[in-house]
Amino acid sequence: MKRTRKPGVSRRTTLALMGAGAATLAAPWVARAQAKTIKIGMPTILSGRVAQLGTSSRNAVLLEVEKVNAAGGLAGRPIEMVIRDSKGQPQEAARIARELVNTDGCEMLLDGEASSGSFAVHEVARDLGVLCIHTCSEASSLTADPKQHIPNAFRCVRQGIHDSIVGASYAAGIAKTKGLKKWATCSPDYAYGRDTTGEFVLYLKKFAPDVEIISESWPKLFQPDYTDVITKILQAKPQALYSCLWGGDLTSYIDQANIYAMFTQMEVFAVNMADYTALTVVKNLPKGIHSGDRYIKTFPATPENAAWGDAYKAKYNEYPTNWSWQNATAVMFLNEAVKKAGSTDGKKVAEALTGLTIKCPFGADGTVTMRADDHTLVGYAIGWGTTIPQEPYVPDVKAGDWKTIFELEAEWKKSKGYT
Amino acid sequence: MDLDALASCFASPACLVTQTTSGLIIGMLLFLVAVGLTLIFGVLKVVNFSHGAFYMFGAYFAMTAYQVTGSFALAMLCGAGGTAILGLIFERAFMSRVYGADVLMQLLVCYAFVLIFDDVVRMIWGPEFKSMGMPAAFQVAPLFIAGGVVPPYYLLLIGVALAAAVILGLGLARTRIGKVIRAAAHNPGMVSALGINTGLIYGGVFALGGMLAGLAGALAAPVRSLTPGMGFSVLIESFIVTVIGGMGSILGALIGALLIGLIRSFGSLGFPLFTEGLMYLFMVIVLVSRPTGLFGKEAA
Repeated sequence: MKRTRKPGVSRRTTLALMGAGAATLAAPWVARAQAKTIKIGMPTILSGRVAQLGTSSRNAVLLEVEKVNAAGGLAGRPIEMVIRDSKGQPQEAARIARELVNTDGCEMLLDGEASSGSFAVHEVARDLGVLCIHTCSEASSLTADPKQHIPNAFRCVRQGIHDSIVGASYAAGIAKTKGLKKWATCSPDYAYGRDTTGEFVLYLKKFAPDVEIISESWPKLFQPDYTDVITKILQAKPQALYSCLWGGDLTSYIDQANIYAMFTQMEVFAVNMADYTALTVVKNLPKGIHSGDRYIKTFPATPENAAWGDAYKAKYNEYPTNWSWQNATAVMFLNEAVKKAGSTDGKKVAEALTGLTIKCPFGADGTVTMRADDHTLVGYAIGWGTTIPQEPYVPDVKAGDWKTIFELEAEWKKSKGYT
Repeated sequence: MDLDALASCFASPACLVTQTTSGLIIGMLLFLVAVGLTLIFGVLKVVNFSHGAFYMFGAYFAMTAYQVTGSFALAMLCGAGGTAILGLIFERAFMSRVYGADVLMQLLVCYAFVLIFDDVVRMIWGPEFKSMGMPAAFQVAPLFIAGGVVPPYYLLLIGVALAAAVILGLGLARTRIGKVIRAAAHNPGMVSALGINTGLIYGGVFALGGMLAGLAGALAAPVRSLTPGMGFSVLIESFIVTVIGGMGSILGALIGALLIGLIRSFGSLGFPLFTEGLMYLFMVIVLVSRPTGLFGKEAA
């Protein structure tokens, strides 16, 4: 049957007219709202086993946004954060990121995803061209690999390769003075654990060539029991142990290794120990575990850093995490970049961000830089020290040397074919 | 594969002692969870998919009791007792309604409660991982037996689990209540006709199963980190244990759990990259050669 159009105003036209009318009436409001507040979207992990990643990121962002808004906002526009839970699923992170920009009208993204999710959000940023700052992913390739490079994405996060260089040079120093030649490793069996351990061992052997790895263990991520791994390491009788276990896995491991008196039998290097999330949870923290700094309010030992840590604790009744300082720094960068650009236009802000150096409580020398050639954070405080069971937990952090980091990072990039 | 390491371990008494105790610890905790699972299946004929939650609650109850009272014994008591009460309420209020229902229906109810219980824990204790800490009495140097390392706390743990196994085995075999429970498992209609309250027996068995899982959680609390959802990985291994040992068999659960423990501890030496796989491979071999499990009875 053929449909014929009836004369007069059809139902569809009426609806269209009504819609247009409503839009015309509402438009000034929308336009005014857009001119005033600036929405920043943030997909992150707020539920599940690593919910703390998202909650401590969100807390830090809100703390800094409050300050920016109190000072007049971004180029006069108050910030409104739109924060959504991706549950740690990359496809969900990508979907949320897209929705935040397309439906919610967010003009910028802070990507508070762990590595797997951040690569997904990165693709959304590539597709939509929206300004995006990654704030939690430490995977080196996210910015080191030129294939990933896009002008509108940045990474305001410590980087795996930096940690490995600093950790290995620190560990090699101890290995030489104490004569630690036989080493064991014990790290979670997934990309982060394998890569980080591999890089650490690579540089450890570079700095201390007579080091030998005599035992490797790869427990599953979130494994409840490590007894078999612990006794295996004890059998191998290494002089030192490296581990990049983190969070609840690390605290379980310490509790279980403790009753085997493991920490009296070897030097333990646990890169993720010096983070308040782990330090405050372990009840019988052994003395003398070597650890990298994740976030600790006494390193860098400046009044600015201590004040920031205390302000966070006062507001949220817990200490900030490594993710907190990174997210706070991202907001600081946005604020300074908008000032420099004199606009909230994504493209202009991205140009201003490139190569920008800002004052920051978490900088090794009081400043941090968004490196121009690979859009990643450099110059942040990075170092290693040993633990004590009570505050300040890691009393004496030995700072890493950024000159060495830059040299070796450049070599590493070359070896990976990134430059 | 590292068969040299495995061979040299078998040649050294120190290594044998350390690895065997390590296997026993893993096995005994698994046994406590798995035996509850197998008991509930044997009597109530339901696969309690939410069993891991009782392990989780046991750990959280113990941690809270320990923080409040500072007494380790009281912490264990609260862990086991609290989950027993929880088990009773759960069985009477919810599980008892789906006994006659489809297996899928039972599974759905259980799975719903896995999620609900996880969220309840998250609401009460928060989403972050927690640690109970080792009681001062056990913060001592490990014992050295024939050169092997054995932590005193793990001796206690093995002892408690063994005692539970013996009491359970004897109780079911020798006492009147044990006989009634076995009769109810076999023919609930007849038991009920004899004037015995089967509802009470079902509730009691479920509470007992919950209590054992809670005890396992409480015993594990000083050495494992506590998170919402911690019951899940334990549950999967317990299922493997019950499948290997035979659904409904207590001896089977004990042997199955010990075998899994030993496979893990020696497997991590000889097959460091295939320890998990080894466990499943063993299960497959058992299932192929004895579909009802090592100690399972032929399907009735």
